Amino acid sequence: AEMAAARLSGTENRLVSLPLSRIRVIMKSSPEVSSINQDALFLTAKATELFVQYLAAYSYKHGRGKEKNALTYTDLSHTAEECETFQFLADILPKKILASKYLKMLEKEKRDGEVRDDNDEGEEEEDEDK
Amino acid sequence: MAERPEDLNLPNAVITRIIKEALPDGVNISKEARSAISRAASVFVLYATSCANNFAMKGKRKTLNAGDVLSAMEEMEFQRFVAPLKESLEVYRREQKGKKEARKDKDKKADSEEQDKSREEDNDDDDERMEEEDQNDEEEVDN
Repeated sequence: AEMAAARLSGTENRLVSLPLSRIRVIMKSSPEVSSINQDALFLTAKATELFVQYLAAYSYKHGRGKEKNALTYTDLSHTAEECETFQFLADILPKKILASKYLKMLEKEKRDGEVRDDNDEGEEEEDEDK
Repeated sequence: MAERPEDLNLPNAVITRIIKEALPDGVNISKEARSAISRAASVFVLYATSCANNFAMKGKRKTLNAGDVLSAMEEMEFQRFVAPLKESLEVYRREQKGKKEARKDKDKKADSEEQDKSREEDNDDDDERMEEEDQNDEEEVDN
């Protein structure tokens, strides 16, 4: 019954859904932080909810994935790479590349006889999310 | 601190619900995407905390307050969050105040009905709460 109610009204009937205790644990894992006032804890939790919504909506809207009915990892990693606001996520949302494609890229470089340092990562436009 | 890895994660069910609210009906979210967003949310908390803490330190304070978090949002280029956050904060503060007053009234009643006994039991709680009311901004969550 609780789940049904939540689905109907969403999380809007509650001021904040993310558990403050968990948010506090994450905040306190930061070594420089001594203490956190109750309002600051609430705001951080609420901001995180807004962030999740923003990231999801933005990625869905700008996703270059072929699927229009799904939000995929590729959409998210694309957002981290292309949108400045979300660039702090680039390290934890790296682009994926098929191993076979990466190997082909390496072979091509060898054949061309050029040694380009920039392409070492091999993580460029190629991204497949299956 | 010995935190287990899952303690720094946010509950999957809640994250999923929040994501669904932001997307049109019927849009699926791959498990990988959900997990990625959850991790991103944890990173966001860390980033926001660090940023807010810088503002607190600038103000020579050891306790992060609401203003620090709001300043952090602007710094992180999430200005769009500031207005809704301020609104929510007002509601939250009213709620908290309401809760405290309800508790205070309840204790006052209990006091007048059963004088000595309840005073002994609730004395410590009462003192704590009285202090909290006046120092709302400096209230600390942790000891």
